[in-house]
Amino acid sequence: MTEKIIQVDALARVEGEGALYVKLNGDVLEKCEFRIFEPPRFFEAFLQGRDYHEAPDITSRICGICPIAYIASSSQAMEQALGIEITPEIHALRRALYCGEWIQSHTLHAAMLHAPDFLGLDSAMDIARDAPDLVRKALRLKKLGNTLMEVIGGRAVHPVNTRVGGFYTAPPRAAIEALLPELDWGAQAARELALDFARFDFPDDEGDYHFVSLTHPEVYPIIEGRIGSSRGLDIAPAEWEAHFVEEHVARSNALHGHMRDGSAYLTGPLARYALNFARLSPTAQQTARDCGLGEVVTNPFKSILVRMVEVQYAVEEAARILRGYTPPAPAFVEAAAPRAGTGHGATEAPRGLCYHSYRLDGEGRIVEARIVPPTSQNQPQIEADLARVVQANLALNDGALKLRCEQTIRNYDPCISCATHFLKLTVDRG
Amino acid sequence: MAESEGPQAGVSHPRAPVEYFGQEKAGVLILGIGNAMRADDGVGPFVAARLAEAGLPARAHEGDGTGVIDAMAEAAHLVLVDATASGAAPGHRSMLDGLQPVPAEFFHYSTHRFGVAEAVETARALGLLPARLTIHGIEGADFSAGERLSAPVADAAGALISELLQEFAG
Repeated sequence: MTEKIIQVDALARVEGEGALYVKLNGDVLEKCEFRIFEPPRFFEAFLQGRDYHEAPDITSRICGICPIAYIASSSQAMEQALGIEITPEIHALRRALYCGEWIQSHTLHAAMLHAPDFLGLDSAMDIARDAPDLVRKALRLKKLGNTLMEVIGGRAVHPVNTRVGGFYTAPPRAAIEALLPELDWGAQAARELALDFARFDFPDDEGDYHFVSLTHPEVYPIIEGRIGSSRGLDIAPAEWEAHFVEEHVARSNALHGHMRDGSAYLTGPLARYALNFARLSPTAQQTARDCGLGEVVTNPFKSILVRMVEVQYAVEEAARILRGYTPPAPAFVEAAAPRAGTGHGATEAPRGLCYHSYRLDGEGRIVEARIVPPTSQNQPQIEADLARVVQANLALNDGALKLRCEQTIRNYDPCISCATHFLKLTVDRG
Repeated sequence: MAESEGPQAGVSHPRAPVEYFGQEKAGVLILGIGNAMRADDGVGPFVAARLAEAGLPARAHEGDGTGVIDAMAEAAHLVLVDATASGAAPGHRSMLDGLQPVPAEFFHYSTHRFGVAEAVETARALGLLPARLTIHGIEGADFSAGERLSAPVADAAGALISELLQEFAG
């Protein structure tokens, strides 16, 4: 038997530092590990003793790409713990802000980091030379997402205008109205990028996924709903601990998320889309159909298309919310008085479900914090995808197999920095 | 952190976007690139803050490289200040004419590996470079967590600030 090792020591075009190690003995896959060596960051520990109102600002620092996910999930959890009922206007503005994050994060990943895989190119610079109009469109769309975050959140990276209960100040109507023409342009641009990407040659691959995401009877979930799954789970965020578990594995500085029975599950765009297709706008549904997508997508390589469908939806949804914008007054709802209690928050980060829970003492100080980012939850499924893809592509030479493995990981847009709160690849054929 | 990041009554809401690639370009814009909370990586923001205090059009940029491309639409002359990790002595200064190819290995790691070099080369391929692009690098020694600059980096930053003031404030 010939042993073979495929190893990538530092994965490119992912956020943070991780590696891949695959060991083959002939055609038998002996080991397949997605390793995260980005140092652990101990956020949950240093939140202890902090005041409840500090959690959104501190946890937003977990990620420069998806700070709103942390702000929104922690705010939600604190609001539940303290009995704060935010107004529909504040909820809508928070949702529009979160749309900005989906737009900029998904567009950066799809166009600049993931698309090169399908074009046989090394980087966004090469796409810019081959398809400049596509990259111009993507950059302008990403800027639109950033601008939404700036106008509503005060700045694009680690927004400063958000707080438990709502916003420090309500954005002026004129600044919001000035966004509308670009939002109208953006919905069509996202559709055009989706259709461009639909012409890629996608590897044949089907995953047998247990999809987990928020679900909601009326809207495509972003910051609302229960946690549902393709195998019948239907729970409130507060019931998280009864169904999910995180465990330490030696190869990763990020905890691995599992169902309580030890099985892997998948969170993120494919899961949201599969569980909530009917809640997408008719125009976003039409783009999905025009891209050749069914109502459930199980080919993870096509996640790039689902991301662009979600971008179209997010642009349309932000426009819908902001067209009817009335500055929320007050801009935030204050807690009556600090009190002991526990709160849970679950929102849909671009990469998937972002769950927070906090226990507070009578002074409103954090006694215990739990932060579960999407990439931690997806690690076991990423390893399962890698094992499946390697087994199906043993005929490929080492270089091609290595690239296919990296692509399999980039399907997830993994945020390693969040998860250590992660890539190198080794294929070992001996 | 509560004191420094408490209620932000003075939050200003930036102007809404104008047409992305059709703006009038005039004047100079200085962007200090980096993360002020990662020691010497913060040298760009440090320089930008001092220049802004002196009234120059300067600001920090801590996001990914695509924001640098966006900034190219704002001025005829874009000046970038960034920490380098080229292996030179700490505080070593370098200056690149951005109209020439920029080596990717030159700058310190940036989010999603879409950094200054990628931004400049992508902009070049798209025909978005401003009329003039100057890139000042200061070699960092320490990129660990914390708001501080190593002594040789602070010295180099001071010298660069004086030079840029002389060039643009006069």
